[in-house]
Amino acid sequence: MSKEHDAGMSLIVKVITRFTVGLILLYGIYIVLHGHISPGGGFAGGVIIALSFVNLMLAYGKDVALKKLPRKTISFFESTGALLFLSIALIGFFGGYFFLNFISKGEPFRLFSAGIVPFCNIAISLKVGAGLFAIFIALVLLKFDWEKKE
Amino acid sequence: MIAISHIIPLFVAISLLGAFIISIIGKRLKWIPDVIGNITTLILLGLSVLAMWTIVTKGTLVYSVGSWKLPIGIALVLDGLTAFMLITVNLIAFSVSIYSISYMERFTSKWKFYTLFLLMVAGMNGVVVSGDIFNLFVFLEIASVASYALVAFGTERHELEAAFKYTVMSSVGSLFLLLGIVFLYSYTSTLNMADMANILAQKSASNIIIMVIVLFITGFGLKAALVPFHAWLPDAHPSAPAPISAMLSGVLIKSLGIYTLCRIFYNVIGINPTLSSILMILGTLSMVIGVFLAIGQWDFKRLLAYHSISQIGYVILGIGLGTPLGIIGGLFHLFNHSVFKSLLFLNSGAVEYATGTRDLKKMGGLIAKMPVTGTTSLVASMSIAGIPPFNGFWSKLIIIIAAVQANRLGYAFWAVLASILTLASFTKVMKYAFFGKPRKRWSEVKEVPIFMKLAMVTLAIICVIGGVLLISNINQIFLKPASDVLLEGTKYADIVFKGIQ
Amino acid sequence: MIIYLLCLMLFCCGLYCILVKRNIIKIILGIIIAEYAVNLFFILVAYRMEGRAPILSSEVEIVNMVDPLPQALVLTSIVIGLATTTLLVAIAMRIYEKYGTFDITKIKELKG
Repeated sequence: MSKEHDAGMSLIVKVITRFTVGLILLYGIYIVLHGHISPGGGFAGGVIIALSFVNLMLAYGKDVALKKLPRKTISFFESTGALLFLSIALIGFFGGYFFLNFISKGEPFRLFSAGIVPFCNIAISLKVGAGLFAIFIALVLLKFDWEKKE
Repeated sequence: MIAISHIIPLFVAISLLGAFIISIIGKRLKWIPDVIGNITTLILLGLSVLAMWTIVTKGTLVYSVGSWKLPIGIALVLDGLTAFMLITVNLIAFSVSIYSISYMERFTSKWKFYTLFLLMVAGMNGVVVSGDIFNLFVFLEIASVASYALVAFGTERHELEAAFKYTVMSSVGSLFLLLGIVFLYSYTSTLNMADMANILAQKSASNIIIMVIVLFITGFGLKAALVPFHAWLPDAHPSAPAPISAMLSGVLIKSLGIYTLCRIFYNVIGINPTLSSILMILGTLSMVIGVFLAIGQWDFKRLLAYHSISQIGYVILGIGLGTPLGIIGGLFHLFNHSVFKSLLFLNSGAVEYATGTRDLKKMGGLIAKMPVTGTTSLVASMSIAGIPPFNGFWSKLIIIIAAVQANRLGYAFWAVLASILTLASFTKVMKYAFFGKPRKRWSEVKEVPIFMKLAMVTLAIICVIGGVLLISNINQIFLKPASDVLLEGTKYADIVFKGIQ
Repeated sequence: MIIYLLCLMLFCCGLYCILVKRNIIKIILGIIIAEYAVNLFFILVAYRMEGRAPILSSEVEIVNMVDPLPQALVLTSIVIGLATTTLLVAIAMRIYEKYGTFDITKIKELKG
């Protein structure tokens, strides 16, 4: 076995994770995009997206996961999500009211409907997904710093 | 033409925008956090003056978020009390952010400080403008969570311990509030405060309301650090960096604790004699116990924190009296206390910045070396002790007169006693810290940088001329609309429904 | 009725845990329990007899829907709880780093 496979859990876990992690990520995106017509939405989808990366980190160790999604990118996504949400609200503000639903609502139960709600969901999912993964990393790496000092 | 009520959501939106922009680009460019932080708070201060002017000329404004009409959507309400609180919050926030330019140089990652600071300001502004009880709770939590992180900002032993204590007690307070909101929602089936007041007025009194009142007194008491619930404050406020101590003691406990308490008890549930006497007893207890605990302190900031508890007692006593004069006195004292207590905390920060100590026994003769800090501190001490003609004197006088007029001589007596003890305590501070023999070890001490001086001098000027606010013309603009809101009681509902949309 | 009482009992369990336990981690767990009790209570308040999940569907018309508003509010309250809990855990880890213990009786430098 090569050296990069030493970190993380056993081979079985790694293989299973390799198969499932993409599916989990896709499922999260599905939940986000269908947030306005079925249960779920930005928060739930964002949590699932974050969990897929957490899963990757648990199975392969922190180096692999952080190579896929570096800390700078995470904090950028987190702030972008918040700004996106706020700018959606502000566009509505300049069109008349704060959080005004300025796009046409469309037909109910269609994917392209409900005006700004899908966009809000995407912004929330960025914020929540990046935020939750950042929290996880912060807590885990804090422990590593402490162990180094010992 | 754009309706004037559009300024209301800006109080939240602008501060959030500032916070997120700092968190994106503040890491790379060192000067960005200072600039954006100060510009944001300056705009907010300008907007709150505009809001005050609008209140006087146009009356109560109501804004429906997302154009959902009342009572379905989230309503933001701008009335006299709101405008008054907005000015208080944003004035202190602006001077604190000027002060932080120099003070926060000692800490790494200034951008984190400014992000959290602006989030806290957003939360406080949100609490004040919100007309929806759950929205109020959410903003209250935003401000609280930001303040937990700011108390732990130094990540040293004391800060962490204080932050843990503060977080635990404050979260328990939030849980009580949420439970109270659940009971209110289940009883009235609405979350809009105006609508809630209407429905509560139609229903007869029930045990659920008593339970809600108990839960709210516990919750807001924990947030405002009234005496049985005050244990976290003397730890948390001194442990934060000095500008944040000024924010926490100056405005956070007021907008999260007292404003919400007044709003819900006076405007939603409706005040009654029992509730009024509970508030007065709590206020007197905080006033007296706080000042007794303060006298024995030797840590500068800890002493100030105990005085915060005591002065909050005055505010609650004034508001609890329920008479027009008492409410004006309480609100005026709220404003004055924000100004002079923030000033005192900024002074303590300046002393710590220059000498590196907070222990009063180690200081001495600092006024010769730090004239600006010493003078402003003298002004603030005389204000808090209630010496004429500084602003603290007028508000305490009004509260005491109101207590005498309402035939509550016992409370008036305790108020006078607490005032004398405050004077004694601050005489000690001035004697040990600024006057007395100059010590040799402080011969190298220099005055603090210009921005810190600027912030302190601004607040000191407000302390000196604060009494002007009582002149009837200015009083009509500043204090009268705020006290009217509380006096109108549950008529608040009608006013909101008729408000300019 | 009994179900509300059980819910309040859960809240009291959490409160007991916060007030009596000495271990920092147990205090945090107490806060989480109390918070979940309040959230659960909020959801229960919205329930009506034989109610159904408040999800609109294009095929069938749903009658007797439970109140959807508290469910949205509880989601918000869960997010707030997440933020508070994470902050508490981070502070607890830092405290352990500095003091080497989770026992609050040994972490008592602030007094007076």
